[in-house]
Amino acid sequence: MQIAEKKTIAQYLLDAERERREVVRVTVDYPELNVENAYAVQEELVRMKCEENLSIVGMKMGLTSRAKMEQMGVEEPIYGYLFNNMLLENYGELSFGTCIHPKVEAEIAFILGKDIEGPGITGAQVLAATQYVVPALEIIDSRYENFRFTLPDVIADNASASRVVFGNSLTRPDLIDLELVGMILSINGKAREMAASAAVLGHPAHAIAALANMLGRKGEKLKAGQIILAGAVTEAVRIDIGDIVQAKMDGLGDVGFTVVD
Amino acid sequence: MNQQTVGILEQYAGELAQAERERTPIAALTERSSTLTVEEAYQIQLLGIQEKTKSGHRIVGKKIGLTSHAMQQLLGVDQPDYGHLLDGMAVENGSTITQDRILQAKVEGEIAFILKKDLQGPNVTLLDVLQATDYVLPAIEIVDSRIAGWKIKLPDTIADNASSGLYVLGGKPVRIEDIDLELAGMVLYRNGQVINTGVGAAALGHPATCVAWLANKLSEFSIALKSGEVILSGALSAAVPAESGDHFSVRIAHLGEVNVSFA
Repeated sequence: MQIAEKKTIAQYLLDAERERREVVRVTVDYPELNVENAYAVQEELVRMKCEENLSIVGMKMGLTSRAKMEQMGVEEPIYGYLFNNMLLENYGELSFGTCIHPKVEAEIAFILGKDIEGPGITGAQVLAATQYVVPALEIIDSRYENFRFTLPDVIADNASASRVVFGNSLTRPDLIDLELVGMILSINGKAREMAASAAVLGHPAHAIAALANMLGRKGEKLKAGQIILAGAVTEAVRIDIGDIVQAKMDGLGDVGFTVVD
Repeated sequence: MNQQTVGILEQYAGELAQAERERTPIAALTERSSTLTVEEAYQIQLLGIQEKTKSGHRIVGKKIGLTSHAMQQLLGVDQPDYGHLLDGMAVENGSTITQDRILQAKVEGEIAFILKKDLQGPNVTLLDVLQATDYVLPAIEIVDSRIAGWKIKLPDTIADNASSGLYVLGGKPVRIEDIDLELAGMVLYRNGQVINTGVGAAALGHPATCVAWLANKLSEFSIALKSGEVILSGALSAAVPAESGDHFSVRIAHLGEVNVSFA
């Protein structure tokens, strides 16, 4: 794939995000887009955001459940980048008008105390390098029509990243069994999705290890201070104006936000 | 209820017992008697249980079914149901179940309550249940159906002892005051792979709410939940079909693990 093409696709996706409209998926016009090229487009998109003075605050993992991996026919999860303008205050407001067709997922976020450099990273090393875990809600908002895409499409689109809300309670990872964290995602006080954290690759630390190993192949590493969303524990739920969204997690606390006009 | 109806209910109870004995499923009762009511279905269940206790079986507890929103929607109902646990249904943790004990088994992970006080409805609340509970255990329930292809409507499963099969309890009792059952995570593994997950709240919002429902439901028949009884409070995730050679493991946060295999 030519550099010009990468820039064109990245700009196309950035424009869709900025103008809050869904667009035809990239692979319709570029059927040759593969996973490797798609990450090259994502890198270009990230570079363009950084040029607009946005800063990377962390990363996110996607397709971390067996069901989603089977649905997309992949063996490995995917990743994207979180920027400073994606952060919402806990129990703050999400303006629906700034989104296209948002969905919410409950996740566990890892705050790293040390750098992690793959390959060969396992869950235990991730836990040893993790300073805190935090309850989180991720708002995903694919730039594609009807939230439908192939694997390269979603990778190019920064793994559908849109917003993230972190809870205010920090928990040391050695004080809790992170495999068995029960959680309830509720909307307007009604439980909508219920699951346990093993839904993420058997253990959320496995998702962080997978990320470190994927970055290691490119000579990059996870850095101390970064906050990483380990991937959805629950199914994604559509949200709308007026919704009060909350996740409660066993031993980790709660996190929430309200959707306004 | 007239003699004719009683005769039909006895006949259905006999057919279900025979289906279980001979491991040959029968057509849904509601296909033959479309007007079969929930009350009549519980009569059929009780007739079947009476036959079993007459032949030497002992009631050791109860199970609550249809406790998830998804299951209730599937059967088009707005409340759970219940069945009886008999002494022959208990399987030791870690053991292997032979095919001659099952018909079309599925596996569920849930929380078992063991009572230290009797609970007599009506008006039993969640708090009453917590106070009457001696301890809780992680459990695997092996549900089974004597109805061909699991093609059940609510009266079919009720008549069939709420599709009870076998159950396995974990070995480490935990005092209920030490855990938040609402948020206790549950993971069901098949052959070492996570097959699905859930949380205590998946059973009517809180597993103890299910036990309270049962105590209140049983009061309609003037029955109390008894001290020492095992109560399976309801599945925390979708039931998974068990194939020959499968190994299942359920882990529940703060409660430990329970295992079973199928020969």
